[in-house]
Amino acid sequence: MRNPHRTQKIAFFLLLLATLLIVVPVGLIVVIIIQKGLPGISWQFLSDIPRQGMRAGGIFPAIVGTVYLVTGAIVFALPIGLLAAIYLSEYSKDNFLTRLIKLAIVNLAGVPSVVYGLFGLALFVVFFKLGASILAGSLTLGIMILPIIITSSREALESVPYTFREVSLSLGASKWQTIRHIVLPNAIPGVLTGTILGLGRAAGETAPILFTVAAFYLPFLPKSVFDQAMALPYHLYVISTQVPNVDEKIRYGTAFVLLALVLFMNLVAIIIRYQFRKKKKW
Amino acid sequence: MVVRKVKEFIIEKLILICGIASIFFVLLIFLFLAKEGLAVFKIVSPSSFLGGKSWYPISEPPQLGILPLILGSAIVTLGAAVISVPIGVGCAIYIAEIAPLKIKEVLKAGIELLAAIPSVVLGFIGMVTLVPMVKNVFHLPTGLTALSGSIMLAFMAMPTIVSIAEDALYSVPKTYKEGAFALGATHWQTIWRVMLPAASSGILAAVMLGIGRVIGETMAVMMITGNSAVIPQSILVPVRTLTATIAAEMGEAVVGSEHYFALFAIGIVLFVISFAINVTADLFLHKRQ
Repeated sequence: MRNPHRTQKIAFFLLLLATLLIVVPVGLIVVIIIQKGLPGISWQFLSDIPRQGMRAGGIFPAIVGTVYLVTGAIVFALPIGLLAAIYLSEYSKDNFLTRLIKLAIVNLAGVPSVVYGLFGLALFVVFFKLGASILAGSLTLGIMILPIIITSSREALESVPYTFREVSLSLGASKWQTIRHIVLPNAIPGVLTGTILGLGRAAGETAPILFTVAAFYLPFLPKSVFDQAMALPYHLYVISTQVPNVDEKIRYGTAFVLLALVLFMNLVAIIIRYQFRKKKKW
Repeated sequence: MVVRKVKEFIIEKLILICGIASIFFVLLIFLFLAKEGLAVFKIVSPSSFLGGKSWYPISEPPQLGILPLILGSAIVTLGAAVISVPIGVGCAIYIAEIAPLKIKEVLKAGIELLAAIPSVVLGFIGMVTLVPMVKNVFHLPTGLTALSGSIMLAFMAMPTIVSIAEDALYSVPKTYKEGAFALGATHWQTIWRVMLPAASSGILAAVMLGIGRVIGETMAVMMITGNSAVIPQSILVPVRTLTATIAAEMGEAVVGSEHYFALFAIGIVLFVISFAINVTADLFLHKRQ
């Protein structure tokens, strides 16, 4: 007869193995990039323009470009996303329209990033004649991170207890006053978490900016939102596939800066979430 | 009072407009893909576009058959699914059922970390580590193959699979488990015979969303699959996926040319695939509730 306890031991061992197969490579990736990237980081690398066909110098224009793009995306996506979340959590009824909105959000989240790039090209660059510009790229990235912001803001709003609203309404406050002064302040940390996660996503994406903003090589800073710009993820793509004989230090250094930027944002989001959970009074 | 009422009226309308903005954007995406992409069918019929065996978009006249690209995506996706589904679901079971609380938190943080790494960074790491490894292990002329792409993409699908499958396992009512234990089942028997069947629709949704992520992935796949738009004969040759084709060629395509229209038509194909996957997965997730 088969021994169920031995079967269990074997099964649990295999499950542990599966887990290690995911977690260990993740650790290795991070360690490799830190180990090989950190020595290439210097003030000069961070503050200089790329030189000698991107084989020397720094990555300053790419950093600035990414900061512009991410800021633009959030300026566009946060108000729309937050208001959409307020609609879903405070106003919507359980009807067909709400079902449709939720389905649309799921789909926006699932559209491949390169399709966002095509969409941005067709709508912003060609149709609105913005050209390849920071504005076109920011709007494209903004639509892409909208579902992240809506979903996390909605969760934050819905986690505010219903009694808070009832008390406020019973004191004669209007619905909007209740949302503005009671619900929103209690949901801020959750909204912030979602916003930062959206920022991280926008900073790391390459495909949506390929045709909407990214400049292959631009040794000066953009002057307005209608200019093209370099961006960190695209720059990493370029120096690792398009330009031969780039020093390993520059490649790993760029990968390190991008990874550090994205992980830092995620870390901040995690800390805010953790603090919020700890302080939660209800 | 009147001013306040007017103000609130405006704000509430604004909220409604933003509420339906998501629907508007989905329609807008589809509209603009269709506007640019459907023009290609004046040149080739839909069947010879989808079934055509050669993709030479800049030859004269252009040959716009995307079958090699569809097969490229299919082989890479299939490979990634074979790797990521058992490992991903296994990891989800481990996290949800077996791991002690503290280790569980560490593991979940590790999975979140993986989800956060930009795909271009994973592509870069794949180029410098995985590609030479595949080349040496299989004694190939190049390590830029469908297999390398599959392995890398499997990693990118795992965070999705793990987190959604884990949620599905958590939402199985506790009484199911207690019932199985009370009948003398071991922990593993309970997982295998009770928990997994009960969570099956959620796990299926997890797998589908993971595969959706793989099909749509662009940068990493473009950097490590070798970009050769021919019908793949095995998993150890370079391939070119649908996404990589758009990303690699749109920069050179002239706006309004046949090539440009054809790349948008590929975008429609991708949009329809991701739409179908997401709607079906959503149905499975709601069935569970």
